[in-house]
Parts: sequence; structure tokens; C-alpha cells
Amino acid sequence: MSLADSLDVRPGEGADLVLRGATVIDPVAGIEGVHDVVVRDGTITELTTPGAAAAEGAEVVEAEGLHAFPAFFDPHVHLRTPGQEHKEDVETGTRAAAGGGYCGILAMANTSPPVSTAADISALREQARADASVPVGFLATVTKGMRGEELTEMVELREAGAIGFSDDGLPISSARIMRRALQYQRLCGGTIALHEEDPELSGDGVMHEGPVSAALGLAGVPAVSESTMIARDAALAAYEDARIHVQHLSAKESVEVVRAAKAAGVKISAEASPHHLCLTDEEVRSLDPHRFKMNPPLRTETDRQALIEALRDGTIECVATDHAPHAAEEKEVPFEQAAMGVTGLETAFAALHTELVLPGTIGLGLLVERMAGGAAPFGIERPTLAPGSEANLVLCDLGAEWTVGEGGYESRSANSWCAGRTLTGRVLVTVAAGQVAFRLRSFSLGVAA
Amino acid sequence: MKHLLAIESLSREQIETILDRAESFAEVGRRDIKKVPTLRGRTVVSLFYESSTRTSSSFELAAKRLSADLVSIKAAGSSVDKGESLKDTVATLSAYDPAAIVIRHPHAGAAQLVADWTEAAVVNAGDGKHEHPSQALLDVFTLRRRLGALDGKRIWIVGDVLHSRVARSNLLAFQRMGAEVTVCGPPTLIPRGIEALGCEVSHSLERLDEADVVYALRMQTERMSESFVPSLREYAACFQVDTRRLGPRQLLMHPGPVNRGVELSGEAIDSPQSLIVEQVGAGLVVRMAILYELLAGGERPTTADEGEGAATRPTPIGQPA
Repeated sequence: MSLADSLDVRPGEGADLVLRGATVIDPVAGIEGVHDVVVRDGTITELTTPGAAAAEGAEVVEAEGLHAFPAFFDPHVHLRTPGQEHKEDVETGTRAAAGGGYCGILAMANTSPPVSTAADISALREQARADASVPVGFLATVTKGMRGEELTEMVELREAGAIGFSDDGLPISSARIMRRALQYQRLCGGTIALHEEDPELSGDGVMHEGPVSAALGLAGVPAVSESTMIARDAALAAYEDARIHVQHLSAKESVEVVRAAKAAGVKISAEASPHHLCLTDEEVRSLDPHRFKMNPPLRTETDRQALIEALRDGTIECVATDHAPHAAEEKEVPFEQAAMGVTGLETAFAALHTELVLPGTIGLGLLVERMAGGAAPFGIERPTLAPGSEANLVLCDLGAEWTVGEGGYESRSANSWCAGRTLTGRVLVTVAAGQVAFRLRSFSLGVAA
Repeated sequence: MKHLLAIESLSREQIETILDRAESFAEVGRRDIKKVPTLRGRTVVSLFYESSTRTSSSFELAAKRLSADLVSIKAAGSSVDKGESLKDTVATLSAYDPAAIVIRHPHAGAAQLVADWTEAAVVNAGDGKHEHPSQALLDVFTLRRRLGALDGKRIWIVGDVLHSRVARSNLLAFQRMGAEVTVCGPPTLIPRGIEALGCEVSHSLERLDEADVVYALRMQTERMSESFVPSLREYAACFQVDTRRLGPRQLLMHPGPVNRGVELSGEAIDSPQSLIVEQVGAGLVVRMAILYELLAGGERPTTADEGEGAATRPTPIGQPA
């Protein structure tokens, strides 16, 4: 099933494009080479030898030296609607996604009020069909109002089109409720995505517990707050033969739990965010909440290395941004009082390319694979460049340097963890569900390339 | 020196400059007229978001002794009560063009933020559980007067280190002045990873006799309800500094206010080796010295032709030049 069928997007014209001489990489489809990529009416019709594709009736993009990948899929985005449209909404959030090279995103349900009823899902889907520049799927909460007490009407929510379930933002504290949700999943399907944290252990923590929190006098969140809950839920998922997805892994201990659960055959998948893959708690010494306050918190270099290793060996199958827009006034306060979360859609690929690929830590092919790895855990077809597929592709200039925030953001919020950083690698064009969803303005004008 | 935000960013030389200045103010304090005209016509704002007796009163008296005009604001009863943000409060007060803002706030980094938002010199009078640099300076001043130098001295900081900004600032200041520091308390009240700051960690007073100075911290009664300690009785049994545990040549300090009979026994407080009253006296002259160094100190170029950078503002503490 194509993204246009499984998710919701504003209808538009299918793209007619020829990317002339692009370096095409799609590791999952086994594609690597220089080709003309031909898109006709929103479908990738063929990959030809460079210069061989007929261009009649199509826009020709001179793509020599540029890279074409399957567009990215982000299973963890906060679109903030309903209720917090001053931070983000479907239009701005999907524009940010398109700008970052994404062809699909999943929106979390911790809005105000939370997305807990079939009517909520239907309204959001309608909004996406009007405003979304890339396909969006919506998750519903596991528990009513995210209170952690009673299950939502999961069957009805699924029938209304909820892709899956998550109380993201909060853990499901009660093991009893967690188990009920996993049992009920047999009836309704839908992956349950979990924000794993034991509130008893996190307490009023605002950063990773360790030498940096000790030096700053800030309350710490111990790594075991995350790993113990993952262990509990992996055991419950095994017992109920249920399907769970662990969100934003941050700690080495958590990686070990997920790896062991996978080895034991548990249906568990996991994601890591670009900021946890690139930064450590040393950044918090600046006490800058705009860029460095989020939940789970930035952890140590040992944890970061464990995440990278897990990305390599597939324990973590996907990158997820946990794009969490916040208004300026929620961040212009002392660190402890500031809202948790950073934006990431527009910078994820460029940041990981700059911080992990260019230094040789991971290969470009692996990054491309993991950037689109977030679809499969939710039963959505992975974007591919194989001829005959719906066109979901991103064209990048891997040599382009840019300073984040200089030209503003597509997102309505500016709390990017990359703000002020110079990144190498830039998205020039995004095609999502067969439509051109984004073009970098200077590239369209012929300046950037 | 533009601001005083944290001991962490002070060099030993900068600490000594302030302490030497404080000595000269101690001399002024012995005169009949204890006021000097240094800051005449300049405004000092005292902005306290938390209750405080000795810190606020000594900063305010210090400003008055230096002839500054003083605006004193407590969070209770001010527009903070009406929900005004710190940023807006600082913008409002900055409209009076103050020379200095002295701020006490319940959250770490608040003083640094204020420094980013105002032209005034900012003095951190305590930010959350982060730092309390003026307390550390007055404690070093008190000890220096008694011991000469702190080099090689062994100082034990005993009690609730986890929730103490005083512990953090003093640990750093004592180390910077050459002392060796041990922090001691129950494992629940010692922050994980504190040893990375270069101190020893102990969970027993058994070896307390090796200390030249014992610095006890306030034990707040609410810590019991949060299960940090099972009872104040058990805490006192394990960690109270009393005359049985305190040797006659050891000095005793405490930032105040003391819980008599909890972290310190009454006899220890009243013993001759207790410096607690001297600490309070030192608070005034050290805070005069801090205001003097920031507002009238000698580190700033006096003319624009003193070389590169002379026309720019002095580098704030803690930021690279």
C-alpha cells in the first residue's frame, strides 16, 4: 500500500521529473549508482543510464553530483494540534518535514486535549487532507486523556484510522494497564509506541544524572529510569505476544535491554533521535534550555556510543526526531522551568550526515536506511526508489554547508537543537506520495546547485 | 570582572582580589562612620525570589555602606506574584539603569540569564541548587583570616550536599584556594558523580579527625518525608557534628540558619572553635568588596586608547574573551 493510501495528505498533481545523472542510493532495494531518475505522474517509472531518459513533458533537474535517496520517514513528531497551534500545526509541521526530506510522519497524540476518540482522529485526518504537504498518520492515546487509568476505545480508534497508539510524553506507569493494552492489541492491531520512564525514578529530574548534574546542582534522571521500564514492557510484550515500539532510546542500559529482547524473539522495535546520537549531557553545562532540554535527557558519551552501535547492528531500526516545537516564552526561563523538547525535522539528515557520516562513524548507506526505517514498525510500507513505486524521494547536495536558523524555519517554532550550527548536506527537493512537497528556494532559482 | 555568577568561573587571583578588598572594608567597619562614597549616585537592585535573611540584609547593607541607592524587591507582594516572567521583570528594572542587580532565584542559571538580559552587573546571590558564590567567598575570607592560607588544609563538608548550592560553591572555592575537600553524608544526599569535581566522598564521620575544618550544612526537615533519611534522629546519630566528634583544634563552620540539635549540637555551635558568628560578619565586608570590584574595580580600561578591545565591554566571567 502506498503512503498516499495508508496515510493522509493534501491531494495534488503527480510529479513529472527527470533527475539527470543523480547518484542514487537505496540500500534496501539494492540500488547504488549514477542514474537518471524518471518520475511520471508521481510514480518512479525507471532508473536509466545517465543522459538516456526521455524528458518530454517533464521537469529536468540537472542532478550531477547530487544524491537521490528514498525520502525519510519519521515515526515520532509532535504537530501540536489540536490546542497548541501557536507552536505548530499540520501545515507548518508537514512543511518542516518536507524541508527535511521526509515523505511521511506520524503525529503523537499528547495534544490538548489528547487525541483519545474516533472523532479526534477523523477531524485530524480531514485536516491533513486539507493542509499536509507530506503524508501524515495519527496515533491515538493508549489511555483516556493520557491519565494512565482506562484504555481508549482502541477498536473504534483503529476503525477511524489511528495508525497506532501512544501516551508519548508520559509513561504508562501501571503495569496492569500496560498489560491490558497489549492484550487488547490482539483485537484491534496497531503498534503501541512507548515513552519509557519510571516517574518514581525520574522524580523532578531535568537532565541526565551524573557528574554534570552533580556539578550544576540539577536534579538528575538516572539511566535506569528508562531501562527498567523497557525491561518491564518487553517482558509483558513477550508474555502477551504483542507488538511494541520503544521511543527515543537514550541510555546504554536501554539498548542492552532491547537487544536482549530482540534476541529472545520479542516483537519490539526501537528508535533513536538525532540529538541523542549527536550530543551528550556536557552540553547542559551551558544551561541553555532552547537547545539542550528534552526528555529523555542527553546522556553520556558512553550512552551515545551505545546508541550508534545499536543503529549499526539494527537494535535501533530507525531515526526519529521527536520533533517537539515550543513557543519562545516557554524556553526563555531558567533551565529547570523550561519546557522539554527540541525541534528536529528540518535538520535530522544534515546533522547526522555532518556528525556521524562525514567523520566516518557510520556509512551513508546505513544512515539512508535508518532514516526511512520508521515506517515498517507501524506496518507502513518503507519508501523505496525501486521502479514502479510511488515517488518518495529526496534530492540532496551532500557538499552544501548551511547555518541552521539563518533563513528562519519552516516550523512555527525555533527551539532547534542545531540552532547556529553549520551543517554539511542539504535537502534540495522532496517528493512525497508522488507530489513535489519541497524545493529549496535558492536551488529552484538555480543558485544552490 | 563584569558579573559574579559562579565560583566555577573564578580564578584564584580573582578570588584573592575580592578578599583583599574585603580586608580594606573591614578596616572601614571599625570607624565611627562606616560609610564610603564610592557608589554615590548609582543604583543597586536587590531581587529576591526566595526568602533570605542574611544574604539579602548583608547585600543591602553593603550597598548602603557604599552609598548606592538601593531598590529592594521580594517576589512576594511584587508583580512576580501576578505572573510576570523573569525576563519582563528584569527588563522593567533595567529601565532604571541600575549599576548592579543582585539576584536570588530558586532555579539554576537564573543569574546567568539575567546577565544576558541586562546591561547591569549581575551578582548571583544563589541560583537553585547550583551556586552561591558570595557565601563561598565570605567563607574563604573567614578561614583565611584564621588560617592564613588554605593550601594543603583538609576541609570536610558534611550533610545534605545534594540540595546545597553552598556545598557546590564552597567545594570549588576551597579547592581553588589549595585545600583538599571531602564531602560527607548519607548516600541518598550525596549527588552521584560529585567525585568528578575532584573531592573525596565519605559516608561516615569516622575519619573526621583528619579535617582541619568541618563545614556543616543545613539539614532541612522536609527531606525526611522524601525518604532521603529515615528520621532526623537517625541522621543526627550518624552525621551530627558534636563536641565528641569535633576535636579542639578543628574549626567549625555553617552557612546558617542552623538546626540546633540536628546537624550541629548546641555545644558545638557555642564552642570556641565555631566560626559561625564570624562568617556573618564577614558577609558584609565581602559583599561590599564584591559590589566594589564589579562597579568600581580596577580591571576595566579607563580610556579608549589602551589597546585592542579597550572600547568593548569587559569580558563577563565565565565567557571566553
